[in-house]
Amino acid sequence: MEPLDQELDESELEIPTEPMLLNVGPAHPAMHGTVRCVMELSGESIEKVDVQVGYLHRGFEKMCERGTWTQVFPYVDRCNYVSPMLNNVAFALACEKMLEIQVPERCQWYRMALGELARISDHLTCDGAMAMELGAFTPFLWMIKGREMVWDLMEEETGARLTHSFGRVGGMAQPPTEGFKENARAVGRHILTIIDEVEKLLLGNRIFLDRLENVGIISQEDAVSLGWTGPCLRATGIPYDVRKASPYLKYGEVDFEVPVGQTSDCFDRFMVRIEEMKQSVRIVEQCLARMPDSGPVNVDDPRVILPPKQDVYNTIEGTIQHFKIVMEGLKLPAGELYSYTEGGNGELGFYLVSDGSGTPWRVRIRPPCYYITSGLERVITGRMMADVVPCFGSLNMIGGECDR
Amino acid sequence: MAKFLIDLVAQKFPSAVIASHSHHGDETILLEAASWRAVAQFLRDDPRTAMDMLVDLTAVDYPDRDPRFEIVVHLLSLGKGHRLRIKTRVGDPEGESVRVDTLSDLWASANWAEREAYDLFGVTFVGHPDLRRILLYPEFEGHPLRKDYPAEQIQPLIAYRDVENIEKIAPFGRDEGMPFGRQTHARGLGGPEEESN
Repeated sequence: MEPLDQELDESELEIPTEPMLLNVGPAHPAMHGTVRCVMELSGESIEKVDVQVGYLHRGFEKMCERGTWTQVFPYVDRCNYVSPMLNNVAFALACEKMLEIQVPERCQWYRMALGELARISDHLTCDGAMAMELGAFTPFLWMIKGREMVWDLMEEETGARLTHSFGRVGGMAQPPTEGFKENARAVGRHILTIIDEVEKLLLGNRIFLDRLENVGIISQEDAVSLGWTGPCLRATGIPYDVRKASPYLKYGEVDFEVPVGQTSDCFDRFMVRIEEMKQSVRIVEQCLARMPDSGPVNVDDPRVILPPKQDVYNTIEGTIQHFKIVMEGLKLPAGELYSYTEGGNGELGFYLVSDGSGTPWRVRIRPPCYYITSGLERVITGRMMADVVPCFGSLNMIGGECDR
Repeated sequence: MAKFLIDLVAQKFPSAVIASHSHHGDETILLEAASWRAVAQFLRDDPRTAMDMLVDLTAVDYPDRDPRFEIVVHLLSLGKGHRLRIKTRVGDPEGESVRVDTLSDLWASANWAEREAYDLFGVTFVGHPDLRRILLYPEFEGHPLRKDYPAEQIQPLIAYRDVENIEKIAPFGRDEGMPFGRQTHARGLGGPEEESN
């Protein structure tokens, strides 16, 4: 019997050679609603891609220049909206570094505990969405259930599920509630159970592994050159974590590991996040164990902290102090400063320029996922169309932070 | 901590360094715009500095100064763990001729960061491979993060984009990724000269 492909070898087939242009997003669910990719396809493989962001640009940096330093908090909340507490804490730390004040120990542990819970919620969302986009809906629901627990705890603490605006320069808006430690421990236990269940569901799943392993590989040099930080950089094997490299708050005093990947594919990025959640639970437990049950949360500094309401309504000094902080804003010394912390996606930096008045001159938010998204082009060029979904999912592009 | 970086740059490029300081522990060097790229390349390639990551690039507008804009870059060396901020000043008080050499071929992260600075501040990075707006749309008028752009300014409505021969147009023509999308390059590279007409 003649081989079937004989005819193909001998005659010239007329195959359309014009590349196909495909527009994915911004409304495509796999693009998370805020990114558009214009792809040039040859068959199913991507020859060229143009990644366009900016569909969620709301001009935060401009808006920050109109109010007081305290009024920046709601904006940073809406940057990375799956881990707003990390942004709150990061901005508060930047202002405090400029004022050269340090918050009391109780507040530091409190900030760390809340921040790590926010990181868990960030990673749960990313990994859950990644699994869902590959068709695994059950793990997504389980992880969102875990995120709900974190958000319920946040609501209990701050009064808001998502946009807390809970940080303050020099402290927090409220001290921890009475049941905080107990609730947070319970949440930590539940999260570990959920991660365990999710691992059992996914890590033995042929379809899931095939779509992630050896997909979306990026070299260490490329990742560093692109300015990648956070889980995506650690998945390439570089153990750079701001919490370890230049510890802030009390990160120098707690034990945790920095998980790194080996092949820097999508699966590594998925697993780095899973491991980080376990480490975060560890950190939260240590924070709760070491956080004092009583004591001040805010610094005793009348320049930045509002006086107690009792004084505001009953003494003229308190009224004036309150009025000045609210109307003029707290004043940061003139100068410039770059403060960086480990956000959900990597190095979250704030470059602040103050002219000494109560209004920021410039608030530059260094969004980690802006730089990560800029690497999407390199990750997916040359891959198949279907690989875009896991690649994009594993980068954890958060529209609010990327576009600001 | 990283004071030696300032000394090293001052030694190597004595005429390039205008000023330096270490406020709040951030080592900062203010450079001449002409040697911007050379110093950046030195900082990246020299084994003593080894700045392998450009963490952030942004601009700050000081409308009363001449030169008006400050380009601010934060560098990090992952291996050595030190950081450095380098700055340069460009542009006249009217906001024209805001030009500085690109760093996008030294660090890939500068690509989008420079596009953002171009978009929001109107800084032209000479030699950038693909300088077009990134966060805003191409028809946007002005550069919103300049201090003379009022925050409440309303942009004119834009008409539907009319793209001729949409089926026939070659995809990815002259540095243009989007035949049916943002047409920034219809008028050239979008530098200040082209923008005025």
